[in-house]
Amino acid sequence: MTQSLFERLGGEPAVDAAVDRFYRKVLGDPAISAYFDDSDMDAQRSKQKAFLTMAFGGPNSYTGKDLRAAHKPLVERGLDDSHFDAVAVHLQSTLQELGVAEGLIGEVMAIAGSTRDDVLNR
Amino acid sequence: MSGNRSNLAAPQADEGASRSIAFQGRRYDVGPQETLLDALLRGGAAVPFSCRKGSCLTCRLTCLEGEVTGAARQGLRPAQIERGGFLACRQRPRGPMTVALPDEPAASTAARVTEKQILGPDVCLIRLRPETPFAYRPGQFVNLRADDGLIRSYSLASLPQQNEDLEIHVKRLPGGAVSGWLYDSVAPGDSLALDGPYGECHLQGEDPAQPILLIGTGTGLAPLLGVLRDALARGHRGPLRLYHGSRRPTGLYHHGFLSALARRAPDLAYHACVSGDEAPAGFRGQRAELAAFEDLAELSGWRVYLCGYPAMVQAAKRTAFLQGASLDEIHADPFDLQELRREPRPDDGPPRTDTW
Repeated sequence: MTQSLFERLGGEPAVDAAVDRFYRKVLGDPAISAYFDDSDMDAQRSKQKAFLTMAFGGPNSYTGKDLRAAHKPLVERGLDDSHFDAVAVHLQSTLQELGVAEGLIGEVMAIAGSTRDDVLNR
Repeated sequence: MSGNRSNLAAPQADEGASRSIAFQGRRYDVGPQETLLDALLRGGAAVPFSCRKGSCLTCRLTCLEGEVTGAARQGLRPAQIERGGFLACRQRPRGPMTVALPDEPAASTAARVTEKQILGPDVCLIRLRPETPFAYRPGQFVNLRADDGLIRSYSLASLPQQNEDLEIHVKRLPGGAVSGWLYDSVAPGDSLALDGPYGECHLQGEDPAQPILLIGTGTGLAPLLGVLRDALARGHRGPLRLYHGSRRPTGLYHHGFLSALARRAPDLAYHACVSGDEAPAGFRGQRAELAAFEDLAELSGWRVYLCGYPAMVQAAKRTAFLQGASLDEIHADPFDLQELRREPRPDDGPPRTDTW
């Protein structure tokens, strides 16, 4: 039986290894940090972890409807493709820094990319 | 995209097993298809919840007896898991459990005032001897109940392992009902009611050589002093960096004590930071957190403790994280953060006196 993407990436420990690094990049990027509420960083980090679990092909409870509802207020504040692209670049460089194989990075980026229309409420 | 709900399947519960849950003195039976949260809500229990799928962390409870499943721990911090924390909406009990709200008091006791010392302008130190055994970690806080029923939180600077009385630092705030009563009226021999301990602002981690950064303003020093003295008492070998800030030199009310402590402890460096008045010789002329982050630009691998003025705590948490500290290793007084969320952002004004 072939391993799932999530298993090939290393499962939950891989998400744990990536989440602080990824959130730090996002929070430190002035072009997008305003869209990430930092009044409760632990809660925000949990959301980043849920997102990474989903992008890694792991068990998650995200639905398109959830993604739309969660991002609707941000879209009303101006969230657009440029912000989505910036987050995607941070995700990609996080995985590169962790030494993830290019093929696996491509699979993760494809899953993340598939959420674009829901995130941007189109 | 569609949700991947099939992967959420929980371990199959044994249909015949008793899944009786004790919570706040009542029992709730969990059906084979139910989560613990479902059963509590069905039984009319008052338990906070929101998303019901493990994202929002609102339905966090503490397990006192019984088994927590792995799925119910996802998203919680190591310190919360260590204390039995789990999410009711992700828990499918396999057997009986006893559970509690995370902030339910571990103990309530009367405590007698054994000492009161004025440390500086409007700051006093009070020592309390609990009348029943009271276990805590230095840096955790207790809730003190005033005669009129008002409750305020105070952090513990004392060391339980040396049988010390509980030590709290009280800043008298203008119009502060409880702090004024403690500062002006309470005297040795008086008996106070308290409960606790609460909070995760205590010495954590397994590595006795891990570098530790402590930043506090005002009486936010008290929990930091608890953590610091705990580390020294346990033979901590790594660097300890303490930054205590105030607007005026007199606000650094423990300067003599801390300077002497740092002379005795080679791994401890103490920085006295004055942000308002001109700094006298030997003091830093800037805010405590700015001095710390300037000195320590790379915080990867550090454990960080932040206590004091809520706006400082929040800003410093962000900076410590951006400079490399792991969020799991940044600890702050939770009651400060909760107050920050309940209140409008206190940008520059004085702290609201009715919250102390």
